[in-house]
Amino acid sequence: MRLALRELRRRPGRFAIATVILTLIAVLLMFLGGLLDGLVAASTGAFRAQQADLVVYSSASRDSLVRSRIEPDVRQRVEAVDGAAAVGGLDSVQLGGRLDGRDPRDLLSIALFGYELAPAGLPDTPPAVGRVYADDALRAEGVEEGTTIALGPARTEVEVVGFVSDTRFNGQGSLWGSAETWAQVVSANRPDVTLADGVVQALVVRAADGSSPAEVADRIDAATDGATSTLTIAEAIDALPGVSQQRSVFNQIIGVTAVIAIVVVALFFALLTVERTGLYGVLKAVGASSGTLFAGVVLQAVVVTLVASAIGVGASLVLDAVIPAGTIPFVATSSRLASSVVVLLVAAVVGCAFSLRRVLRVDPAAAIGGSA
Amino acid sequence: MTPADTDTATRTGSALELRAVRKVYEVGDDEVVALDHADLTVAGDEIVALVGPSGSGKTTLCSIAGGLLSATDGTVVVDGQDITGYSGRQLTDFRRSSVGFVFQSVNLVPFLTARENLLVVDEVGPRKGKVARERADQLLEELGLADRADNLPGQLSGGQKQRVAIGRALMNEPGLVLFDEPTSALDSHLGDQVVALIRDEMKARGTAAIIVTHDDRITHYADRTVHIEDGRISA
Repeated sequence: MRLALRELRRRPGRFAIATVILTLIAVLLMFLGGLLDGLVAASTGAFRAQQADLVVYSSASRDSLVRSRIEPDVRQRVEAVDGAAAVGGLDSVQLGGRLDGRDPRDLLSIALFGYELAPAGLPDTPPAVGRVYADDALRAEGVEEGTTIALGPARTEVEVVGFVSDTRFNGQGSLWGSAETWAQVVSANRPDVTLADGVVQALVVRAADGSSPAEVADRIDAATDGATSTLTIAEAIDALPGVSQQRSVFNQIIGVTAVIAIVVVALFFALLTVERTGLYGVLKAVGASSGTLFAGVVLQAVVVTLVASAIGVGASLVLDAVIPAGTIPFVATSSRLASSVVVLLVAAVVGCAFSLRRVLRVDPAAAIGGSA
Repeated sequence: MTPADTDTATRTGSALELRAVRKVYEVGDDEVVALDHADLTVAGDEIVALVGPSGSGKTTLCSIAGGLLSATDGTVVVDGQDITGYSGRQLTDFRRSSVGFVFQSVNLVPFLTARENLLVVDEVGPRKGKVARERADQLLEELGLADRADNLPGQLSGGQKQRVAIGRALMNEPGLVLFDEPTSALDSHLGDQVVALIRDEMKARGTAAIIVTHDDRITHYADRTVHIEDGRISA
């Protein structure tokens, strides 16, 4: 093992090409992961922020917040379900927003939510009519506390009274107000979406302590005779348009990148092993086992990968810091960076495995001038 | 049998005893006899020059004596250990603890200093740490390389490299050291110096040596010359 580390230290040039290629792969892997996380975060924040376990849609909506309608009698049946500790309505609409001092055609993309059961970071009692909390992402657009935003073609004004973090929806900055504020804005701008009194788009439900959310979901759908489709928050996030497709596509690209990392490590260390056949023969002749020699190869691959990963992590953090908010949906999370490092390390070890047979086949007798 | 079973192994007082050793290679459908009923005994502090033309079987004999190859038939006893039936793992342990090698092309690890090249023998097995470091320094001192201990092989002359290789072969205090053409890469003057050094070092330690060579001049330094041709030994 010391031998392997000494070679790394004293002959770094030998490992430079592998380190450079693996660094590029590490940066690519972490950038792809960061993009995926950024896209998903920008699409799902409003649901992730819910301090609830379940989302109840009307069954005809096919799990779409925009299409869903929950009538008052259905809501009453949901509220009566054993294990449903708290139930609140949730409404949303997507509108253009105008700010004073900006070109009237320079619209902000806004998702306005009306809530009853407060998501994380919002007060339990929604702000007064005409007042909203804004997602942090809108700061980059010049929105500040006290800013008035004119929503929709009717330019219905709402005043920002505070901010909330990580609640974007469908890539848009969100505003959070009372159900009355939401109804007022929708009535003025999107009459087609206007709901009758007591009707909400969806319900969010907190399961009682000790209750299984999945069982409560089944009970809700049974209590409403199938008029509802109740999903856990995670299921509701997956059902959001494009989210599972984004995950699937990015995970496939990440998978291919990991395979490329395996191939790079396999080829590089296979070549290195071929080069070292004579040296390995001598070391075996003086008593090194194949296991010791292979462990040295793995150690070198792991060290090279850790160096590449460290550079990749650094580059991701720098990217995260310098990319202006609202431009590229990139976010460097510790879990994503850690999982990328693990993927690279596994790729390194798997790649090395291709050299194992070659190490095993090195004949110590070759060190002493051949076998004849 | 393991090295721990040495007590039960044949104790001959010899550094090496080969009895009716055969080595047969299968090449396609044919069999090539590299060593044919070879008998050889090397005494505890004897230096034997093994001379023969290319392909005569001297390297094979050396490889079998050093546990690099297993004999097809016959008995191989090295420094009291009967290694005839050893498994690959046992032979690895045996090579690490009981024999020394000096290879034709020296084969020092190029990125290790002279001292570290000696300590390789310690690093590839159960480590002795400080004891091994002291032994390496002592050997380098005795071989006149104390001031070169921290030099890489590329910074050493041919003779100095050969001395480092000899030091490495002596690290585990072997009963038998095998030299494979130790002068082939050296000019005649340096070759003489190296062979004289080998003789002095082996005699000073009471260690047996087999020197495989084409070079007749080496035979003058050996206690005995053994000729081998077509896998057959003749004294």
